[in-house]
Amino acid sequence: MTARTEVVTTGEPKVTERKHRRQLSEGAKAERRLGWLLCAPAVVVMIAVAAFPIIYAVWLSLQRYDLRFPNQAKFIGFSNYGAVLSSPYWWHALWVTLIITVVSVAVEFVLGMLLAILMFRTIFFRGTVRTIILIPYGIVTVAAAYGWQYAWTPNTGYLSALFNNSAPLTKTGTAIAIIILAEVWKTTPFMALLLMAGLSLVPEDLTKAARVDGASAWQRFVRVTLPLMKPAILVALLFRTLDAFRIFDNIYILTQGSNGTYSVSILGYDNLFRALNLGIGSAISILIFICVAIIAVIYIKIFGAAAPGTEG
Amino acid sequence: MRSVVAGVVGVTMASATLAACTSASAGTGPVTINFYSFDDHSGAVQTAVTNCSKQSNGKYTITYNKLPAAADDQRLQMARRLAAGDTSMDILGLDVTWEAEFSEAGWILPWTGTYKQQAEAGTLKVPLQTATWKGQLVAVPYNSNTQLLWYRDDLVQTPPTTWDQMIADAEQLAKEGKPHLIEIQGAQYEGVTVWFNTLVASAGGSILTPDSSKANPGQPWLTALGIMKKEATSVAADPSLGVQMEDQNRLAMEAGTAAFELNYPFVYPSMKTLQPELFKHFKWALYPGVTANEPARVTIGGIDLAISKYSPHPDLAFQAALCLRDKPNQLLAATEGGLPPTLESLYSDPALFPDYPFHAEILSSLQNASVRPQTPAYQSVSIVISHHVSPPAGIDPPATEQAMAGEINKALESKLVIP
Repeated sequence: MTARTEVVTTGEPKVTERKHRRQLSEGAKAERRLGWLLCAPAVVVMIAVAAFPIIYAVWLSLQRYDLRFPNQAKFIGFSNYGAVLSSPYWWHALWVTLIITVVSVAVEFVLGMLLAILMFRTIFFRGTVRTIILIPYGIVTVAAAYGWQYAWTPNTGYLSALFNNSAPLTKTGTAIAIIILAEVWKTTPFMALLLMAGLSLVPEDLTKAARVDGASAWQRFVRVTLPLMKPAILVALLFRTLDAFRIFDNIYILTQGSNGTYSVSILGYDNLFRALNLGIGSAISILIFICVAIIAVIYIKIFGAAAPGTEG
Repeated sequence: MRSVVAGVVGVTMASATLAACTSASAGTGPVTINFYSFDDHSGAVQTAVTNCSKQSNGKYTITYNKLPAAADDQRLQMARRLAAGDTSMDILGLDVTWEAEFSEAGWILPWTGTYKQQAEAGTLKVPLQTATWKGQLVAVPYNSNTQLLWYRDDLVQTPPTTWDQMIADAEQLAKEGKPHLIEIQGAQYEGVTVWFNTLVASAGGSILTPDSSKANPGQPWLTALGIMKKEATSVAADPSLGVQMEDQNRLAMEAGTAAFELNYPFVYPSMKTLQPELFKHFKWALYPGVTANEPARVTIGGIDLAISKYSPHPDLAFQAALCLRDKPNQLLAATEGGLPPTLESLYSDPALFPDYPFHAEILSSLQNASVRPQTPAYQSVSIVISHHVSPPAGIDPPATEQAMAGEINKALESKLVIP
């Protein structure tokens, strides 16, 4: 494997690689075979748990497959996709999901960066500070979501009481704001943790040199620290964007998707498990899968984030 | 190698144990009948289960498995397991809206022969209709439920018999500065579908055509939508109408802000315990109609018992289900659990009267009741309706009627993305 990477980076990849392969000794060939054999079980497991469900979902999405009308199941091509893409509910869900994703990731990034710097620079009680910051991330999302739900319920919740016993979870705008708040509260520590790892990549010497050159604190942060942290930042944003796009649990507990607060995942769940319409539900799942793939491609190709598993 | 051997030994042992289990249940001891139903806190269901197990003379023992609290979760658990052919469920406690779906999917057995005769004997007609799909009896009515009009006789001497009259009464009370709200379910959920269904049926219409193949819009829909809109935009409407469910209605009535409440009989014992002063003036009447001469056709609720197609002991399951809903056990469920019986004769049984002073109104309401749209796609149809009629103040009768009919038709063809 390492041999191949070297060749690729030294140019004329295909020709050299082929030649190189032919030159492999018997021993190396045997080793390679063993390598494949050793990872074969993992490949089989991955096909069984990842590839098969995806292919099956694609197959279901091309049929009228409704558990309630089993006798009328039939292949209908892309009709389900037509039904989903022409439904105002899908576009509403996508819009809600995008708002939640963009706002929560942006806020998490700013807060996470502040917390990361705080954790990184703390001299006293370093362990305690880091532990305290990580507490929200350690709480089960569903349990935390119930906490938020009770807090915002009129007559029982302290947060609702602060706002005149109002019921913000019953209105679209405020309910989405609360969902974002719950997301931010919950996952900012995760963002901070990833960013702190990035901060530790920045050599102390460079910031010191910049300081000697007369750069202000802000200039040092923007011109030196941020560029050097870029790989870590992009990975953190990629992870969080993909996570946020698939948001389900917070909405499921807080509003159950009522009053127009449903995300694409909630829409998929409702069509699969409440309507028992496997055709439409699978089409929604595949569309979510495609959206997630597009987000990943944008990050990796356009922003140049390193794909997880490769070198940055 | 050693681990492989251990694995093989493990598998062999496991299958030996499984075989042992199977043979034990096929032996001479009483067969276990698994009953899946709502979680009954009154203890009435558990008592019935124990009694029926005893009465079977060693033929079977019923195990009462409690389903989750929310109806959606109950349905989902049963549907998921039945879709996978789970053989560990025998008797299923189905909400009155799931029979068509479970039957069409081939998950429950039809009732025939003597079982059918026993199930139908003395049972009220409308509850039986909820257990019927495509002319076949597919379940047996266990209990029923219906709404009455609850009112305060210190505010209103004679209860209104129509919606128009009730709204006029409320407006008059508001002018006099007295409690005047009408409490009804307006949140975006099943309850608001029930309100719409009751009004449509009372106006002489139905949500679906008789063969359940299409939406059936028209004047009754417009009348129903008009009444909902009128109520929601009058002073009689509770400010939280758009988020209110049965329990919020109960609380508002108990708080003394309302004059009328359309709700199930569970509000009666609650008022008795929690607000003894208001209870003195807490009275009931039949649900108001749409026109003066026609009584309302109130939508019924309740539970039917069905037998799983995958039950290993269907005969015993039919017998056990019939026992669970026999006269003594229904009386128990009514007096302990507060659930209206489906056997007509119980309504003239004096044992019912102390807990059911409103037994005559309940019986009359059940005899003239309506059922929710019967279709396997009920869940989607109900979601469509609740999305269009809630919040009720936002109804625009002709436009709402058209939009709703279009989406219901799509839902019936599995083409609808439900919100």
